[in-house]
Amino acid sequence: MKYYGLVDGTEASLNNFLKSLPGVDQVGAEARAAMLGTRSIKTSSKKKAIDLAISMVDLTTLEGADTAGKVTALASKAVRPDPSDPTVPSVGAICVYNDMVSIARKHLDLVGGSHVPVAAVCTAFPSGRASMAVKIQDTLDAIEAGAGEIDMVIDRGAFLSGHLMDVFEEIVKIREVCGEKAHLKVILETGELVTYDNVRKASFLAMLAGADFIKTSTGKVAPAATPPVVLVMLEAVRDFYQITNKRIGVKPAGGIRNTKDAIKQLVLVNETAGPEWLTPSLFRIGASALLNDLLMQRMKMRDGYYASPTYVTID
Amino acid sequence: MNERLEVKKTYKLYIGGAFPRSESGRTYEVKGSDGQFIANACLASRKDLKDAVVAARSAQSSWASATAYNRGQILYRIAEMLEGRSEQFIKEISASDAISESKAEREVLAAIDRWVWYAGWSDKLAVLAGSTNPVSGPYYNFTIPEAMGVIGAIATEENSLLGLVDAIAPIIVSGNSCIVLASGRAPLSAMTFAEVLATSDLPHGVCNILTGSKEELAPWFASHMDINGLDISGVDEPSLVSDIKTAGAQNLKRIHSFSKVQHPKRILAFMEAKTIWHPIGV
Repeated sequence: MKYYGLVDGTEASLNNFLKSLPGVDQVGAEARAAMLGTRSIKTSSKKKAIDLAISMVDLTTLEGADTAGKVTALASKAVRPDPSDPTVPSVGAICVYNDMVSIARKHLDLVGGSHVPVAAVCTAFPSGRASMAVKIQDTLDAIEAGAGEIDMVIDRGAFLSGHLMDVFEEIVKIREVCGEKAHLKVILETGELVTYDNVRKASFLAMLAGADFIKTSTGKVAPAATPPVVLVMLEAVRDFYQITNKRIGVKPAGGIRNTKDAIKQLVLVNETAGPEWLTPSLFRIGASALLNDLLMQRMKMRDGYYASPTYVTID
Repeated sequence: MNERLEVKKTYKLYIGGAFPRSESGRTYEVKGSDGQFIANACLASRKDLKDAVVAARSAQSSWASATAYNRGQILYRIAEMLEGRSEQFIKEISASDAISESKAEREVLAAIDRWVWYAGWSDKLAVLAGSTNPVSGPYYNFTIPEAMGVIGAIATEENSLLGLVDAIAPIIVSGNSCIVLASGRAPLSAMTFAEVLATSDLPHGVCNILTGSKEELAPWFASHMDINGLDISGVDEPSLVSDIKTAGAQNLKRIHSFSKVQHPKRILAFMEAKTIWHPIGV
């Protein structure tokens, strides 16, 4: 059924639905996220968590200075994060700008990484300030070039000024463009949404419009994936699952730099959405520096002594 | 009139320019010679060491790329700051090391002079240890000493302040960053010395000071892949020395123990020689 039968596509029904959402208890959300952050994950659980986190990383490079060489190097790393240890799993995906998609796809296939999808950031990333025609073309280009996942940004200006229907229609259109060919991740840019109520509202809006994943941030705005924001989004997907029986994924991105932070995210997932979400198809972590820290922690657990960044690649 | 409550000092660690408690939450009692309780010191864990190595590594490259002249100035500034607080150190050392105030004063003054002495070396090392080499080919060939990276040090048990300075100064003057484990018996003046470092223009993370047990931490210093060299002047027990050398062999760590306290060899021990072949006529 269109829009899960929750809204009928009119502005009034969308506004009514989003207005009916209960508010977020800000103090409670922050306290719960902080409390879950104190869980201590050790030994064999930590080992498993590290491997799970590696398989969930969306290995990202989104710089103006990106080159084909950097992207191919990153693609090789995505397939075999630690070339000296074949037991390290491949990462969840590699996330690049539109024009790097075909380079990444070709190289992944070349080095035996056909199972690793390429995610492309689209719709005038990171600001989202472009006409709809440009955004659609942007998405079409990426899919044409072989992107299996589309990370679109929403128009935060429209959302904040109350034009929810504009945001909704934008996502619906990009969803149509993606069709069956690509997964759609919707970037809410929570750092610009100001309140947790807005984060919950935007999460539901994106899910209703057909997102496969909701993603916190572009990585260009601080604060990015703070634990309370991720908690609010995980509660949103959990509630959405209870209403519709459909599981939507969550992708925190930005500011998750070390193993400790990554494991905290996994604890949040397990305790909020549930263990069903502890899989790369429903939870991803957008990061670049994180992978090296995960690999170094893995080496420490394997060898029994602390590792050095000299033994992992400089990205 | 009410009697004033004494404000007691909490001794912490010095990591990356901050003064955190040990992540383990552990402390141990520091006692004077008569067995009387003086204060609690942090009992650092291997994870505190790990944090300190991260801080030291991120500070090292910019410290090494500061001019030698500037590094010398900053070391001299440490001497200035120490001079201004000498009274405090004299009192602290005479209590914890159980020595007379005049002996403590001699140690503090020696520590200040030691900083000035090492400060002077910063821009003279390349002249002393570098060379131009005659080669049979169209090249200028020259060798310059370069800082090694992150260096660990176990300070000596006796002379709690001077031993600490003897460990730190020769390591950082050349552009290395360091993690020092202070004397386990008398660690308090080391943490007061950290306050001197924190106010003397030394970039955060260049020098990190831990207090704790060397039996527990020294093997972790030795096995850590991201520590390039180790000064074990403060380790006497043969079995611990052999453990350290075994663990350090895995990562080809430069491990030294020094008998001479004041010598440029202590600086050069933690430098690497870089030889450059510069073509002539192309």
